[in-house]
Amino acid sequence: MLTPEQIETKLDRILLKVQKPGRYVGGELNATIKDWKKARTKVALIFPDVYDIGVSNVGLKVIYDQINQRDDALAERAYAPWLDMEALMRKHGIPLYALESKQPLACFDLIGFSLPYETLYTNALNVLDLAGIPVRSADRDESHPIVIAGGHSATNPEPMHAFIDAFVIGEGEEVIHEIIDKVQEFKRKRKEERSEFFHLSSFDARVALLRSLVNIPGVYVPRFYYTTYMDDGTVARIEPTIPEAPKVVNKRIVAKLPPPPTKFIVPNIDIVHNRVSVEIMRGCTRGCRFCQAGMITRPVRERSVEEVVDAAEEAVRATGFEELALLSLSSSDYTHIKELVDAISKRFEGRKLTVSLPSLRIESVSIDLMEKLKQRRSGGFTLAPEAASERMRKIINKYIPDEDIINTTREIYARGWTTVKLYFMIGHPSETLEDVQAIADLCKRVLAEGRKVAGWKVKLHAGVSTFVPKPQTPFQWVSCDTRENVLEKQALLKRELFKDKSIKLSWTKPDDTLVEAWLSRGDRKMSDVIYTAWKKGTRFDAWEEGRNFDAWMEAFAEHGLDPDFYTYRQRRTDEVFPWEHITTAVRKNFLFQDFRMSLEGQIRVDCRLNCFACGILPTFANLRRENPGEGWKCPEVKSPARKIDLELPVAGD
Amino acid sequence: MTMRARITFTKQGALRYTGHLDLHRLWERAMRRAELPIAYSQGFHPQPKISLAAALPLGFSSRAEALDVRLNEEMPLEEIANRLRENLPSDIQIVNVENVDERAPALQTQVVSAAYEVHLTEPVDGSELTRTVEALMMSESIIRERRGKSYDLRPLIEMLSVVTEADGRVWFRMTLAAREGATGRPEEVLSALGIEPETARVERTRLIFQK
Repeated sequence: MLTPEQIETKLDRILLKVQKPGRYVGGELNATIKDWKKARTKVALIFPDVYDIGVSNVGLKVIYDQINQRDDALAERAYAPWLDMEALMRKHGIPLYALESKQPLACFDLIGFSLPYETLYTNALNVLDLAGIPVRSADRDESHPIVIAGGHSATNPEPMHAFIDAFVIGEGEEVIHEIIDKVQEFKRKRKEERSEFFHLSSFDARVALLRSLVNIPGVYVPRFYYTTYMDDGTVARIEPTIPEAPKVVNKRIVAKLPPPPTKFIVPNIDIVHNRVSVEIMRGCTRGCRFCQAGMITRPVRERSVEEVVDAAEEAVRATGFEELALLSLSSSDYTHIKELVDAISKRFEGRKLTVSLPSLRIESVSIDLMEKLKQRRSGGFTLAPEAASERMRKIINKYIPDEDIINTTREIYARGWTTVKLYFMIGHPSETLEDVQAIADLCKRVLAEGRKVAGWKVKLHAGVSTFVPKPQTPFQWVSCDTRENVLEKQALLKRELFKDKSIKLSWTKPDDTLVEAWLSRGDRKMSDVIYTAWKKGTRFDAWEEGRNFDAWMEAFAEHGLDPDFYTYRQRRTDEVFPWEHITTAVRKNFLFQDFRMSLEGQIRVDCRLNCFACGILPTFANLRRENPGEGWKCPEVKSPARKIDLELPVAGD
Repeated sequence: MTMRARITFTKQGALRYTGHLDLHRLWERAMRRAELPIAYSQGFHPQPKISLAAALPLGFSSRAEALDVRLNEEMPLEEIANRLRENLPSDIQIVNVENVDERAPALQTQVVSAAYEVHLTEPVDGSELTRTVEALMMSESIIRERRGKSYDLRPLIEMLSVVTEADGRVWFRMTLAAREGATGRPEEVLSALGIEPETARVERTRLIFQK
């Protein structure tokens, strides 16, 4: 194994040949450098995308701080090297290393991946390979790090089951400590002659260590589960193979959001988001049926205005960043949003700080909020109607009347913003060309109204992505829209909107949507496809420069699997999903009922107003009881949740 | 009272891979963290009044970079230095902070030349190299091409000498012109000597200003 000094010497010979060498050298302000020899447990945290994107990720920063607060552990970072760097690292025999110590990743005890989106999967494999760690979990022994992963895409861990030793389902702030404790306990016992682990082979010791993680709530260790299939290829059952593995792994949450990180890494090169971010609220009560984040991050928990403002102040002081982002899934729903915006604008008055407040509701109050934050109007004002016809808005449960959109956007133009960005999705269940035509019509109307109040300088940017039915949502039963349909719908939008030079249209290529869909909806069999596609050269699947669609198609063919099975198939109502043994505490019955309501065009209001018994409250009743007060935004429910008259088979029943 | 301070600093380690524009941004943030009363330009996008002396090519380290910053209030130089020291990444060290006449011409225009030390990562024959250097310095002109334009490197080399250590290790010292439109680049000198620039570690040791 190369030493950090040897790695640095080798790096000096190649770094001037790659784009942005500052990605690979560390040395950033606020990085935590600890004594390598003094830490009993060393964790390498990896955001497997390019540094420019990964370094500002808040989720991994939270875990980084949690670990580095311990005296007995250290956490360092690594990102996926860009294609040019990968080629040179392979050519010169440089293993992937952590930025802080330049120690090879293979020298760490734990490798922790953040997998917030599925297009990072091939990069995760590539990172392991570049680190010289066997890519498949089954090929690793005691000498290799334990590979764990978390993030939203872990809510269907199965496509990655062959590569990740253990997944964390849900929020990681507490679980990470429990995992480190278990690893330390195991390693201690392994050295004790009297212990059951002392005489184990290197391979068996690794299995034993992983087995000890199974008892941690929220941890899913795929090797202790077995999946059987029906003749048609769908899942028959998913069963634990050891008695202590839970039949269903329930996600973890923290009862109260811990203090947010403030000592953000300040890169020495330009990155995508040069800013500090403060999470003001976790979860969302809106219940948009397409939105995986909104379903899997429940319940809503808010930070107090005071905590947010103080954290923002501390973070700006600690970094000198010129931008502050207040993060949540739906800023307008933060209970004290007006007070927060007032407090922020007062605190940072005259300090040359740009404040961004994403995900605002389509109403004029949002404009008031943005004005108070003195948002630079040049940046454009973003709103996300997602659909443009009445019918479609009811189906997806994001019901915003046209008039609200027109009135709000007219006001935005009138108050001086020249650009409005509207986000839509096509490919929603049962969508027709008429529904897509409505998107084009709405865009034109928004612009026409804007011109009435602000003249010909007004611009509109329509971002139209393609819907992928995600696991753990009410739409998990529906089929993806076909490539032909998507192309036809995109052609319609281009035909309608290209005519006007003031409209900018962007869309997602159907191939990209397909890759995302296979990876989101896949079962265990997908892991072979991922492995082969990666071997054939695809990586950076979210990037034009890296993605190789042919590699994916060849990989499916090689394993005798039909890609359409994963995408173009309405799921039976009694189908056992590949993710059936993973729950985010939102019950399958609830999701199914919500799905049926969508078919009937029925909407559900904000669940702060009315509890629809999604399953969060009974699952986390104890946690809530221990943390009474304002933090949780579920309404008080006196009587037991109304029994839903639908019964669905559950894995293992 | 306003003031103009000149800061001399090192740029080492990981920061060798931070380019000129990013370094500018790094200083803006450091000064903001240090809560120095930086002056900003007027206009729609106010810019902090910080100017760096001379761009250092990517990959080079430096013992003496310089910048001027204009502050809206007068502050003791020692306090400026101390506040900055607490707020800089470890690969930048403050060497000196001094007062500059606010009416003096822009810093960039005052630089006339720069001195470098070049260490080679691969062993070379010292006496042969000395002969090559002497031959190079004797030549009337050294015509080289850069970005499709040919130019004469010779007048840009003010000084070039080979140092041979007792243990046989060989390194160079050079002083190159660094005026606007007439900047000698160490890697060009190395190429002219038949040395691959990748095998060299270059450190800027001094910026020489107009008297």
